[in-house]
Amino acid sequence: MKTVYVDNNATTKVAPEVLEAMLPYFTELYGNPSSMHFFGGQVQKKVNEAREQVADFLGADPSEIVFTSCGTESDNAAIFGTLDSYPEKRHFVTSRVEHPAVLNVCPYLERKGYRVTQVSVDREGHLDLDELKESLRDETALVSIMYANNETGVIFPIEEIGEMVKSKGIPFHVDAVQAAGKIPLNMKKSTIDMLSISGHKLHAPKGIGVLYIRKGTKFSPYIIGGHQERGRRGGTENVPYIIGLGKACELAKKNLEEENTRVRALRDYLEAKILEKIPNTLVNGDRYNRLPNTLSVSFEYVEGESILLLLSDLGICASSGSACTSGSLEPSHVLRAMGVPFTAAHGSIRFSLSIYNTKEEMDYIIEHLPPIIQKLRDISPFWKDYLKSKIKD
Amino acid sequence: MYSEKVMDHFYHPRNVGEIEDADGVGVAGNPVCGDVMKITIKVDRESETIKDIKFKTFGCGAAIATSSMVTEMVKGKDLTLEEAMKITNKMVAEALDGLPPIKMHCSNLAADALHAAIEDYLKKKRGQET
Repeated sequence: MKTVYVDNNATTKVAPEVLEAMLPYFTELYGNPSSMHFFGGQVQKKVNEAREQVADFLGADPSEIVFTSCGTESDNAAIFGTLDSYPEKRHFVTSRVEHPAVLNVCPYLERKGYRVTQVSVDREGHLDLDELKESLRDETALVSIMYANNETGVIFPIEEIGEMVKSKGIPFHVDAVQAAGKIPLNMKKSTIDMLSISGHKLHAPKGIGVLYIRKGTKFSPYIIGGHQERGRRGGTENVPYIIGLGKACELAKKNLEEENTRVRALRDYLEAKILEKIPNTLVNGDRYNRLPNTLSVSFEYVEGESILLLLSDLGICASSGSACTSGSLEPSHVLRAMGVPFTAAHGSIRFSLSIYNTKEEMDYIIEHLPPIIQKLRDISPFWKDYLKSKIKD
Repeated sequence: MYSEKVMDHFYHPRNVGEIEDADGVGVAGNPVCGDVMKITIKVDRESETIKDIKFKTFGCGAAIATSSMVTEMVKGKDLTLEEAMKITNKMVAEALDGLPPIKMHCSNLAADALHAAIEDYLKKKRGQET
């Protein structure tokens, strides 16, 4: 059975060039970059090169790049590293639609006596900027807002938010895990103080992330240890992964245009055909202000896990915001925050593409999805009621 | 994560549909949790046995499989209403070789829907008698 992988917001394939760049650092080039001898020194040199590649990709200075173990660590380090630097400030501002790496820090902070503001979004997934602006106080220690949402792909006006935040002198962290490689990032012309990215979302392996920390930003290390990463993150460098991420960032910079042309066209094609062929289907989130690779659709009257299982049986890998797939008893917090009705939220499917997807794969999905939805609607008690109500109308 | 039996009932659900002139209709679950099961039954009034049963379900793999399984545990077995009332959600899950723990609460409601259908029949019958 062929595999049609359209779950790239969950994780991506390691690019062959990335793997190739990494391999020598597992075997013959195993030195510790901190060692005094030539054997470690040659590895240090390659780590520095990777740091330059990442910095180039983000429009940053290499000294502003801190390697971490993942996106979650980057987010946690940004939050705790800042709050620790401003112990007198006890207010944290974020949104209701963040990734769990930020979202689930909120109740923890509240237990520790912090006041947390979670800014709401509207039906299209846009952040309420007035609410955000009004929430900013002298005691606000940090504002953390994602660049683009992982479920819907909706892009937030980060620089506009940054202007607001910086005008009050508040540090500004951005989780760009989904945005990196899909929209251009340039820290030289940005209000962002700290930015998180994750390797495995842009064709590097799982287990490597970056926290960009603008020069002059107050930051207390979250992982305390050796002098690595200029004292901002202890622990011997994950050398092969750092080198892999460097290569992946170099490729991502080159592929940014393809993401925004060919991949966007494939996503738009998939969306248009799904809407054309399957009635009672809604796109979740602003369709224009959106990552080029992401499509979140809700199929009314059916449930997401059932759709995923039937798709998976045909080799198609996607994801859903239904309760059953979120591992909780409630559907996606993102779709709920947007006010998507429960039945539609349960029937939501996210297709997220990459440069490795093809038109043939989109056609394969378009061929097989309508009968799957119809089969489940034929089993659903709501579908007949809906059809009856249509006849009455 | 699901047993082979669950997947078999999910891919090939038995007794899907709604009995048009059903003697009892039962619903369990709610759309907020993402699982709603509707069971319709046909009852032989003389012997008070279930002659036919069908289901419609909105929900995940486990919800569809448990609904399908409960109809199979009833259909063609000439179960009396009393016997059918003794089928529990746990028995349905066991007949499917078990369910993942997280599914035991939210998606394992098929027996509840069956019981609701039987109660609906009994209520209607009482209504006719008085």
